[in-house]
Amino acid sequence: MEMISEQKIAASREQVWAALNDTEILKKSMPGCESFDAISENTFEAKITAKVGPVKAKFKFNVELTDIRPPHGYLISGEGQGGVAGFAKGSAMVELSEDGSGTILSYTVKANVGGKLAQLGARLIDGTAKKMADEFFSNFNAMLSGNESS
Amino acid sequence: MVDNGIGASVLRKEDNRFLTGKGNYTDDVNVLGQTHAYFIRSPHAHATIDRIDVSAASASEGVIAVFTGDDLEKDGIGPLICGVNVTSDDGEPHRAPLHPALAQGKVNYVGDHIAVVIAETLAQAKDAAEKVEIDYGVLPAIADTATAADNGQQQIHDVAPGNTCYNWPFGDKSAVEEAFETAHKISTLELVNNRMVTNPMEPRAALGDYNSGTEEITLHVTTQNPHVHRLVLSAFNQLAPEHKLRVVGPDVGGGFGVKIFVYAEELVVGWACRKVNRPVKWTSDRTEAFMSDAHGRDHVAFAEMAMDERGKFLAMRVNTTANLGAYLSTFSTMVPSYLYAFLLAGQYSTPLIYSEVKAVFTNTAPVDAARGAGRPEATYLLERLVDVCAEDIGLDPAEIRRRNFIPVDAFPYQTPVVQCYDSGDYPAALEKALSLADYDGFSERAKEAKSRGKRRGIGLSSYVEACGIAPSAAVGQLGAGVGLWESAQVRFNPTGNVQVFTGTHSHGQGHETTFAQLITEQLGVPLENIEVIHGDTAKTQFGMGTYGSRSLAVGGVAIAKACEKLIAKGKKIAAHALEAAEGDIEFEEGNFSVAGTDKSMNIAEVAFNAYVPHSYPEGLEPGFDENAFFDPLNFSFPAGTHVCEIEVDPETGEVEIVKYSAVDDFGKLINPMIVEGQVHGGIVHGVGQALLEGCQYDADGQLITASYMDYAMPRADNVPSFDVDYAPTNPPDNPLGVKGCGEAGAIGAPPAVINAITNALGIKHIDMPATPENVWRAAQSMG
Repeated sequence: MEMISEQKIAASREQVWAALNDTEILKKSMPGCESFDAISENTFEAKITAKVGPVKAKFKFNVELTDIRPPHGYLISGEGQGGVAGFAKGSAMVELSEDGSGTILSYTVKANVGGKLAQLGARLIDGTAKKMADEFFSNFNAMLSGNESS
Repeated sequence: MVDNGIGASVLRKEDNRFLTGKGNYTDDVNVLGQTHAYFIRSPHAHATIDRIDVSAASASEGVIAVFTGDDLEKDGIGPLICGVNVTSDDGEPHRAPLHPALAQGKVNYVGDHIAVVIAETLAQAKDAAEKVEIDYGVLPAIADTATAADNGQQQIHDVAPGNTCYNWPFGDKSAVEEAFETAHKISTLELVNNRMVTNPMEPRAALGDYNSGTEEITLHVTTQNPHVHRLVLSAFNQLAPEHKLRVVGPDVGGGFGVKIFVYAEELVVGWACRKVNRPVKWTSDRTEAFMSDAHGRDHVAFAEMAMDERGKFLAMRVNTTANLGAYLSTFSTMVPSYLYAFLLAGQYSTPLIYSEVKAVFTNTAPVDAARGAGRPEATYLLERLVDVCAEDIGLDPAEIRRRNFIPVDAFPYQTPVVQCYDSGDYPAALEKALSLADYDGFSERAKEAKSRGKRRGIGLSSYVEACGIAPSAAVGQLGAGVGLWESAQVRFNPTGNVQVFTGTHSHGQGHETTFAQLITEQLGVPLENIEVIHGDTAKTQFGMGTYGSRSLAVGGVAIAKACEKLIAKGKKIAAHALEAAEGDIEFEEGNFSVAGTDKSMNIAEVAFNAYVPHSYPEGLEPGFDENAFFDPLNFSFPAGTHVCEIEVDPETGEVEIVKYSAVDDFGKLINPMIVEGQVHGGIVHGVGQALLEGCQYDADGQLITASYMDYAMPRADNVPSFDVDYAPTNPPDNPLGVKGCGEAGAIGAPPAVINAITNALGIKHIDMPATPENVWRAAQSMG
């Protein structure tokens, strides 16, 4: 299932685009993220603890940016191994459009899981992915709009 | 008349220990120095294993060893085998991919075994498992039965092009085609037989214990057939020679087929206990069971029946695709072939039948026998098709069955599909079931239900099955690697009590009571003086185990044969003691007596004389202990008619079974209470398949029904109180006159339930499971 949502951000499109390429901001925005390190220009390694239904696991994600269209958007996708918990794959297609002095960030999220995560949490994955994406982009928004809550 | 003999509903002897928590299951067995195994399983449905690094896991706290497929291969252990050959239409044997107990370079389903961690505690083993690093090269997966063999599909095994294990045609194709060309009417039906997870209450478990002094491995394991486990593990998996391998299947909490097979975990635990020289235990958790127990059913089929003007069946043609999963489980190949196509005649005199079966590999758990094994699939297809035929030709479902039944005077009846039915009276069971169900009053009840906004339906299922598995020569001819006789030893102790050693295995069937009743009847020994012993290769002489409703029909006869030997020997001993000629000794109700006199002695005294032979017939061996093997002459053919009446709430799609009547022919009943329990359990199993159960893999081969949150098992409130009766016939091919009852309910129930739903909704077909959602959609589409 694809989930579509958006955030209104009180910052210019150029500012938002710059933030989308700032690993420190990405790391802080990601719920449960312990590290987010650049491997090469558009690939990263992230360590994230996530919980899907009854299964909690630490994932080592390989994250990649593709379809990069400054300052319009990109596709951020990741694939993570969670050990015996199984694996997770997810992506968000991010689109930026100007809205007066602000920016509308819209995103389309896809996710799927395998192994124990699928066996016990398949019914919950869409909800979990949506929740994580919403948290990510609202954290991101809060940091950019200057009213970081955490 | 002896008390508690044949026909008495004696309370089960074994229930005293089961109901007071004194059962002894594999996981209850703990030995000094025991370690714990945890299996690392594939999270991917199909992938290469590019790298495994166990170094961090091996160094983890409490870890004794971490083993992979390479370690097994180095020791020459495995691979797992399939014991029945099916010849494909190209004349070659079925395609059998390598099935290593721990993966070698590739995994083929979610749950496939990759490595095992052995540690002091289970928690330490699980913690260490997190540290095993595995790099996968993920491949596309195929989980769908119908399309697995299509062109362009991802190939799973090099040895099986087109993901095909075998194509198995059976019957006279051209004669069937000819009959179809000239038929008055042809009815067709496409259907799915839904994949099931068997779910015995006790999950699988194994405990391996190696004695370096005797060089013997003792393997406690959840098995329905300890000697078959020993044979396969010794002869084919190279675990240990038979005389150095003891297999114990202690109390087993339900089998339903799933504990027949030899699994990877059992072999690995048996091997690892010698490798680490410590006992090793593994117990499946419920999700592991969903992933790695052999699954059942999973067919898609297209069936056609050619009829004349009167609805008489002229010929039947069936095309079936059966999913065998990623590898061949122990007896998997025979289930959708011999146990399926040979039952397609059902209760009918259809003269011509042609069947084609394509068995396919998919990236799913292996599929093998599950309660009924092939016969539920055949019965569901046939009994659904018969209802479609009735609708097409304009006959009542009961009437079309009457017109096509094999006549009572036609037995023994040779079907066009190998089986020769020795006995049966199908009209008698049908009429009795219709009367029990008040079939004639149905239309009134339907009218009344309609006034409440409900749609009421009634469905019939007239099934026949082949059990008492099986004559060794017949199964040998078909490609089985074993003989299917049974053995028994009946031993009197000097004090007159009896120990019966049977090669069958009880895992809920009540053998300890039923077999004791046989002895009571035949030898006149009181029930409380008889102990039935099974499940340990070091105690019981030999055996092929319990499946295919064979324990009484085959194992019971072996017991009776051993008793006959005891009576014959007892006559010699009694004749000597009573100073009479052997020919004058009669035996009745436990007493040997001299004909026409009041001189007699009890069998307990005879046993005492045999062990204390101070005054004893010259040349006669001491001891009172006899052994017998029995190889059946034929399968047995239980049959019956089940009638299911349901109400559908068209607003919610919920199906309520309001009345269920079953009339079965099991031949002679030994313990009617136990038989009725088996009927109840079987029907509930079948209702589960019809209404609730369905194992689901997603398009990537991920198992998404792996717990009771997602896989619905039947509960008490899904079924009514059943009306059960019998219409027995006497099977001439069985010396005890018995037929077997363990699977009948699971075979008879699914079509009865679905036929009731299609009747209620006025639709041609609905696939199982008929969940509220599926039924609601069907009801809505009818307006």
